[in-house]
Formats: sequence, structure tokens, C-alpha cells
Amino acid sequence: MKPSNLPAGAGVGFKPQHFGAITAEPQPLAFFEVHAENYMGAGGLPHAQLARLRQDYALSIHGVGLSIGADQVLDGAHLARLKALCDRYQPESFSEHLAWSSHGDVFLNDLLPLPYTEATLARVIEHVDRVQTTLGRAMLLENPATYLLFAESTIPETEFLADVVRRTGCGLLLDVNNVFVAATNHHRSAEDYLAAFPLDRVGEIHLAGHEADTDEIGAPLLIDAHSTPVPDPVWALYASVIARIGPVASLVEWDNDVPDWPVLRREAEAAGRVLAASAKRVAA
Amino acid sequence: MQPFLAVPDRQSGFAAAVMQVAGPLPDGLTAWHGQPPEARFSVYRNNVQAGLARALASRFPAGERIVGPDFFAAMARTYVELHPPRSPVLLGYGDDFPDFVAAFEPAASVPYLADVLRIEVARSRAYHAADLPPLDPAELADIPPEAVGALRFRLHPTVHLVRSPHPVVTIWTMNAEGGEPGPIDDWLGEDALVVRPHLAVAVHRLPSGGAAFIAALGDGATLAEAAEAGAVASDHFDLAANLTGALSSGVFSRIAEGRFP
Amino acid sequence: MSRNHGVALAASLAAALTLLSLPASADEAKEKCWGVALKGQNDCAAGPGTTCAGTSKVDYQGNSWKLVPAGSCATMQTPFGPGSLMPIKRPA
Repeated sequence: MKPSNLPAGAGVGFKPQHFGAITAEPQPLAFFEVHAENYMGAGGLPHAQLARLRQDYALSIHGVGLSIGADQVLDGAHLARLKALCDRYQPESFSEHLAWSSHGDVFLNDLLPLPYTEATLARVIEHVDRVQTTLGRAMLLENPATYLLFAESTIPETEFLADVVRRTGCGLLLDVNNVFVAATNHHRSAEDYLAAFPLDRVGEIHLAGHEADTDEIGAPLLIDAHSTPVPDPVWALYASVIARIGPVASLVEWDNDVPDWPVLRREAEAAGRVLAASAKRVAA
Repeated sequence: MQPFLAVPDRQSGFAAAVMQVAGPLPDGLTAWHGQPPEARFSVYRNNVQAGLARALASRFPAGERIVGPDFFAAMARTYVELHPPRSPVLLGYGDDFPDFVAAFEPAASVPYLADVLRIEVARSRAYHAADLPPLDPAELADIPPEAVGALRFRLHPTVHLVRSPHPVVTIWTMNAEGGEPGPIDDWLGEDALVVRPHLAVAVHRLPSGGAAFIAALGDGATLAEAAEAGAVASDHFDLAANLTGALSSGVFSRIAEGRFP
Repeated sequence: MSRNHGVALAASLAAALTLLSLPASADEAKEKCWGVALKGQNDCAAGPGTTCAGTSKVDYQGNSWKLVPAGSCATMQTPFGPGSLMPIKRPA
């Protein structure tokens, strides 16, 4: 089961305000990505727009509310909604996060961190298994941007993800900005993280910007805000990954302070140039 | 929570603390430098609390404009603490926000606010409701005159009524995107009809008795009974005008077959 | 239902259908008979969406009094006077 069928080109996260500009002319993009939960209404403009985009472009459905890292059983009703959405739009990829966002029936609307232990590993494996069985497809699991650590963690994040992949057959969504944000926040090397990451299982890459802050002792604290252009160090990490693994579907995320379409498109085109250069090298 | 868990129940403590404005760090958290990660945990607090308050602001732009962004954010955060979302689908989050605001003491000086928010709830519910073509008025052309009074209709699934003692449609219009707030000379009650026959959500100010008329039809009344309800609600009820408005706005999805139970 | 009542209902329906069948005047009829019809503000009807991004703007001050701002309620003339909202105190 191939974890993702996305074409190895550049894409962007779809924002409804860009619909007119996107459909006015063919876009030099391979795919669009949407948040699953924003298309769980019964009808109306969101579905009309998505169905229209789907005619011309590959589609990635990206869940943000399944809470795969939660201490509790997965929400069966939500899984059923995801299945209905995937059945309706037949996306080339479905992805979710190594994070939790629900506790009891309260939805916290953020991607919250979990400790990495044998117990949490077993639970995440069980949850990914259930998602893949229910959806009848493999999924991609995304590495998180984190701001703090758990004292009880015993497994490095890269090893944790590699174990989930090995045990479930899922693929990975490598968010390069998350790698940079988390490495900076935890005073570690992003290069070392990528060296340990199971790059052969990456079905999609995310690129985004972040905001810089500091904590109370003055240590850097980067926030995964998706509110700026992709910064240079993230581009550099991205280029190093593509140089290693060749072209792979690459998405620019811009979720806060969303710019006009041409600005977002230029970001995706920049990713497209990195991919095209890599494709030439592979062919040569 | 789960019996097979061998780890401490970290998420209960984390979830409770992340919904609190302030308070001690939950157990088990650390940072690379070994200092308590207060600022780091506050990133999650801010993401959750300010994030949900901003989600409400996105659903209630006219309400936010009426009270200003700071007051709205503080009011929304109070709501978020007391009524956190119960579903990972946020499209319906805030359905009961108008009821909360109606009882929210600091907003008592703007008693029309809750009804403006009710229009905004209706608009987003209509926006996401099921798609269905509205009734084609031509289907009524061949009804024999003696059968007209016994007609019943199904309301379109996007129809919502907001009845208010305040000029709520005028106020919403002034505060919606592109609107211009200004003086309101006649402070009279207005009823709003929200409906989305195709892709665009429309808000209509109903004529006198119109809300009673549509509500009766929605309850399964015959056209004769609904006309009576409209006339009872208002001496100025005009059936022809209301039928024209209802049919042209897409209030009905079809003629109801048979009788309602 | 009296016979006269039935005739009036049928006449109203006929009048409505006549108005609706005149394409040029349909919009005008709607305006006249049905109040304002407002469309086109669809983006803000979408309502809350989910996010996978963090919020960098820390605009939450614990335990503070929120000073009351002036929204448009301060400029609208109402029987209740211009909007004068009370400060919100955070629950302890």
C-alpha cells in the first residue's frame, strides 16, 4: 500500500479567498491541500469550490482534529466523517499529526505534544492502524512543532516515528519548518534530526514560516505560526532533503495573515524550482 | 484514562491547565535548559484560548465590530472557558454564543447584540447546510384555485428566522462587511429571514407578519392556516407580497406531499 | 375555510406568480415586497475553521481588566444611548 499518490510537484494549502484567482487561469501547481474538518459541513460553497479544484488538481486531505496522540480511544464519529470525505473526493493523500487535540469530548483546537515512551508508542501505533483500516488507505503522519519536552520521554522523536512506520506501514509527512522550529526550541541540530529521520518513507513535505520569541531565560522560542514567507534556513533544510531523496510533493502552508494569491504562488514556485533542479539531476 | 495505560495521566492535567488563564504548570514538563517551561507552556495556552476566541470572531464579524475587537475577545474568551468546543469540527462552534451573550452582564448596554449574533449563527448554518434546489414557482401554476388553501410546503433546509424587538436587520447590515454604521431613526423591531437557495447566503428583512407566516408553514400548516397566522401577527399582513417574497427568495424546497404527521 | 377566503388565497397566489413571471420586474418586486436582500458577504459566513498553525500574537493577559473599547455601538444612536459596555473582569 503506497502511503501517498501525490505528484512530486509543488502545492499550496487552499484558502477560499484565493478561489477566484486560482480558477482564473491554469496554475503551475501540482496539488492543493485542505483541512479535512473545514469540509465537514453538509453542502454549500466549500464543497462547490473543492469539487471544482478537484477537477484540475491532485488533492491532499490533511486532518487536524483526529487526536491520534490522545490518551483515549479515537473518536469513531470523526473517523466516519473522515472516511466519508475521503470516499467523496478520493484524495491522493490523507495525512494527520503526531499530536493530540481532544481530551474527553473537549476539542482544544491545537496540536498538543505527547511524551515519547513505549506506552505512547503502542497507543499511536494502535490509532494509526485503526485509521488506515477504517479509511482503507495508508496515511502520512506529520512530525510536530513542539515548544517543550516531557521528563518521562525515553524515545527520540525520529525513532518513535520510525517505529510507527515499521509497525503500521504508514508514510510520513516531513514538515521541514517543524523540524527547524522544534530543533531550535530544544537546542538541538536540525541536521542531526534529519539524518535520523526515515526519509525513505516521506510522501509529502510541508514548508512554512514561523515567528521568533524568547522564553524567560532568553532562550529562543520559535512559534509555528504559518504567517510569513518560508525563511532561508527552512529553504536550506528543504534543499538538503530534496538533494538526498529526490523530488517529492512539497506544500507551502500559509494560515495566518494570508497574503494575496500571487505572493503565495511565488512561494510554491520557489519550491517547484528546487524540485525541478533535483529532477534534472536524477535524470542526468 | 484507559486501563492499558502504564504512563501517568499527563493529558488530563495538561488539558485542564491549557484551558486556564493562569496557574501552575502541569506535572512532567521540562525544557532543554532544565528551567520550568512557563513561557513555553503559555504558547499552548495562547494557541488554545486566543485561537478559539479568534475562531468565534471569524464567525461573528458584525458582533465584533459592534463591541470592538478587545471587548469581543474578552467576551469570547469567557465563553471559551465555560463552553469549550465539543467536536473537532468547528464549523458549528458558537451556536449558543448568542444565548451566552444575552446573559452576559458587561454587554447589557447593547441589548440588540444577541439578535445580531443570531443572524450570524443563521448565516453560517445556512452556508454549510445541505444543497437543494428551491421550489420552482412554475410548479404552482396548475394548482386548482379551490386547492390553494390546502397547500403545504417544505421549507428549504437553509431557512432560518430571527425575530427581534430591535431593528436587527438594519444593525446587522450596518456592521456587516462593507456596511456603514450610522444613526437609526426609527427603533422598531425587525424579523430576519436567512436563506441560501444556491451558493450565496441572503439576509432579508421580512415584512410585517412574514415571520409568523413562514414559521407556520415550517410547522406544517396549510397555506390558509399560515395566512391566518400572518394576519393574527400583523394587521398589515399582505399574503400576495409574502408569497412573492417567499417564492423569489427560495424559502420553499417543494410542495409537501400529503399531510404532516 | 370559507369559500371567499379560498378565493382570496387563490388570487394572492395568482398575483404572486404573475409578479414572479415578469423577469424584468422580479428583482424590483422582491425589493418592494420582501425588504432588503443582502448577499455577497459569503466569506465571513464560513465561520470558524480549524488550524494547524500556532498563534504568535499573545493577546491574553491573565487576570487583567479589559478596558472597554468603542466599537460601532458607540456611534449608533439607540434608545439605550450610545453603547457603553462594562469592563470585563476575568473569572478568578
